[in-house]
Amino acid sequence: MTTPTRTHVTGGIGTSVRRPDGVPKVTGNFAYASDLHSKDMLWGATLRSPHAHARLISLDTGPALAMTGVRAVLTQDDVPGLPLFGQEEQDQPVLCDGVARYWGEPVAIVAADDEETAQRAAASIIAEWEPLAPLDDPEKAADDGSLFRELKIRRGDKEAAGTVVVEGVYETASQDQAPLGTEAGFAIPDGSGGLDLYVTSQWVHVDHRQIIACLDMEPDQIRCHPAGIGGAFGAREDISLHIHVAMLSLATGRPVKMEYDRSESFVGHVKRHPSKMWYRHEADADGNLVKVTARLLLDGGAYAHTSRAVLANAAFFTVGPYRCDNVVVDAQVVKTNNPPCGAMRGFGAVQACFGYESQMDRLAEELGVDPLDLRRQNAMRGGDPLATSGQVIDAPLPTVEVIDALEAIPLPEPLASDDPRLLPGGTGLTTPASKVVRGVGYAVGLKNVAFSEGFDDYAEARVVLTRAGVEVHTAAMEVGQGLVTVCQQIARTVLGIENVAVVWDDTSHIGSAGSTSASRQTQMTGGAVHAASVGLRDRILADFGGDELRNDGVYRAGERIATIDEICAEGPVEHLVRFRHPETHPPDENGQGDVHAGFVVAAHRAVVDVDPELGLVRVVRVDTAQDVGKALNPQAITGQLEGGIMQGVGLAVMEELVVDHGVIRNPTFTDYLIPTFLDAPAVETRIIEAPDPWGPFGAKGIGESPTISSTPAVVAAIRAATGKALTRAPVRPQDIVGI
Amino acid sequence: MNVTITVNGEQRVADVAASESLLNVLRDDLDLPGTKDACEQGECGSCTVILDGEAVCSCLVMAADAEGSEVTTVEGMGEEGHLHPVQEAMLAEGAVQCGFCTPGFVVAGAHLLETNPHPSELEIREALSGNICRCTGYGAILRAFETLSEEGT
Ligand code: FES
Ligand code: FES
Repeated sequence: MTTPTRTHVTGGIGTSVRRPDGVPKVTGNFAYASDLHSKDMLWGATLRSPHAHARLISLDTGPALAMTGVRAVLTQDDVPGLPLFGQEEQDQPVLCDGVARYWGEPVAIVAADDEETAQRAAASIIAEWEPLAPLDDPEKAADDGSLFRELKIRRGDKEAAGTVVVEGVYETASQDQAPLGTEAGFAIPDGSGGLDLYVTSQWVHVDHRQIIACLDMEPDQIRCHPAGIGGAFGAREDISLHIHVAMLSLATGRPVKMEYDRSESFVGHVKRHPSKMWYRHEADADGNLVKVTARLLLDGGAYAHTSRAVLANAAFFTVGPYRCDNVVVDAQVVKTNNPPCGAMRGFGAVQACFGYESQMDRLAEELGVDPLDLRRQNAMRGGDPLATSGQVIDAPLPTVEVIDALEAIPLPEPLASDDPRLLPGGTGLTTPASKVVRGVGYAVGLKNVAFSEGFDDYAEARVVLTRAGVEVHTAAMEVGQGLVTVCQQIARTVLGIENVAVVWDDTSHIGSAGSTSASRQTQMTGGAVHAASVGLRDRILADFGGDELRNDGVYRAGERIATIDEICAEGPVEHLVRFRHPETHPPDENGQGDVHAGFVVAAHRAVVDVDPELGLVRVVRVDTAQDVGKALNPQAITGQLEGGIMQGVGLAVMEELVVDHGVIRNPTFTDYLIPTFLDAPAVETRIIEAPDPWGPFGAKGIGESPTISSTPAVVAAIRAATGKALTRAPVRPQDIVGI
Repeated sequence: MNVTITVNGEQRVADVAASESLLNVLRDDLDLPGTKDACEQGECGSCTVILDGEAVCSCLVMAADAEGSEVTTVEGMGEEGHLHPVQEAMLAEGAVQCGFCTPGFVVAGAHLLETNPHPSELEIREALSGNICRCTGYGAILRAFETLSEEGT
């Protein structure tokens, strides 16, 4: 598929050029996966487990098969190949294998002539269950040894001790990515026993690997196409309906469409891991961190997904962007009967940041020093070892600079108006402005870029010069973040040719670009496009003996020596690159080693108004300063910073997936609250450019940092306003009023 | 049953089920997929259309009740080369990321400016508070509408 990217746009790196897919998006013409359809298609639907843990005694698909318009009813027995899938560990049955291990686990799938029939048919299947006690308490799971992974970090002297000690226990709730577009997929038989698949995804090649294994097919029989996607934030990193829609299409020989509604979407994708963290920070009398001891417990839910990697992030960022020579971390991610967890923006670093930044504030209070001064004093700089792994990365890390830049942003005027739209609780509130208390809080966060722990992380891109212009071929998912624009800008800048289109290739036409996650695509696919463009340019220049490539040909000493048509006389010329970041390694048994490829740092300051009587909060402002390496597209960066902050604010004051005995109690937009325009704080951003050694033009991945330290900043501000300890995010009204 | 609706100035007839929403009919029967479906509960505004002069969530309107009505969807707001000022402003300010919320903001925002050409910041926030955007944090959308408000489009 070539999504409409050929709109003429100008501009190289460093400019805020418009998105090439912007016009189709504002006119309603952009094709999302949920918009795909064909006349002869069938609709798929899923029967799900009503229990968090239960044995499936019998399954009678007869009533569904007897319904007019039903074309297929499939169960685990119908899975042609490997009956399990999973990105890191294949442990989740494609369909229930006799035991349901979480609420909403898929049990059977149906294809029918229309959506309503498919849903009625799925509901008519008679499943007999023997409910089992769900393991829903992560601490009990840890005691029982029900683990996906355990990671121990031991660095420095375990006898080391400080004179000033603060201890705290912190919790964060599960958060839903809630991308506005729900899961959708469309499978089309190719007439030779294979399929073309269009599914919402963050990484088509990793989907493809799992799908062909479960379908027992050759790689070239299934082609996964990047499809239009309405946001991701981690929710598309793991398989949802991909294998199901493919199975239904193969079984019926017809195109099949599946689309989750919002409630099904809530059970149909992985979440942010809820966490509990026990922290002990020790400092000397001057405020230098001497030792950090922590236990981190994440609930991975029923199946592994990316839990192992999420745990590693939480563990390696236990201390944050601070120097500390003595560190003891025991981190576990447990297996329970709660909703499966996986990737969400920030990926483990969010949870840890809430813990360590809460601790840094307490330590400052205990020492009687300014909390920002304490952070500056202990700040990790480029060339300092990471407190946990001991890894030294030879790259700038402007921790102090982001703190300074943030502090320099002016604070807002005091609340002066009784306009209810400006008060906590909005128009429903009765408290006058004079009773509202203001608080200000700060937090700083550290995140790795790209994949870690020795994973063979690469991105492939092919840059092609044709008579009509340049094509950048990639399978990297554009999920809204603006990678498409950045790829164009990079190619344009290197090649000197303005007309650049991005063409998304399916899995059979290009190698993997890796996942659109881990803040990695600007550096990885951006790096691949950069290297491929350089390779192409240099070859053309060498072939013609030129010294510059421009819109209309090759030049030498300012004179054109060949036109684009002449360059392409024998057809398009191209260069393919598989780009890798500096090698990383698995940690040793003490959690030590060169685990990461790069770091990025950001700081946030939140200003809140609180109604202490009702426990209501209005987040007035969240300002930020962030290291971006090099700003390739300043406007797109501002968009990432503002959007990421909003998800951090959500986790601080309203977003919580309420899970009770494994059952999600709020799987709708009515009950799972997402910040609206009225909840949105004003945001001021400061971009710091400390060039990365391997990012294209020095650029760093920036997508996750805005979500990491914004949550603890907001909670710190509420603490400042209320004087309450507030050790849990999100902060609920009852936490403030103390009921 | 057949319903006749004037959509984007064109009279259209659709065979609808009694329980079918206007959103479904627009997307599935009238081949106008620009209007988006993200909650079907009136909570997100992705499905906003103008129905007889009012901005409504088309997921909450029964198609049968729209008989004889005039509906404007995002497809009727502007097209490449002739964008509506709201579409142009959203592009200029970078207010579009994944774009799934965008049709709803275009329609609701155009309706806001028609009824109030110079909305204040708070009026913009209030009028568009029924439209959820999960990507942008609303900052760029606010800047787009503040520019439009100054211009008094
Ligand atoms: S789909 Fe209509 S308001 Fe969400
Ligand atoms: S741009 Fe993605 S939801 Fe608004």
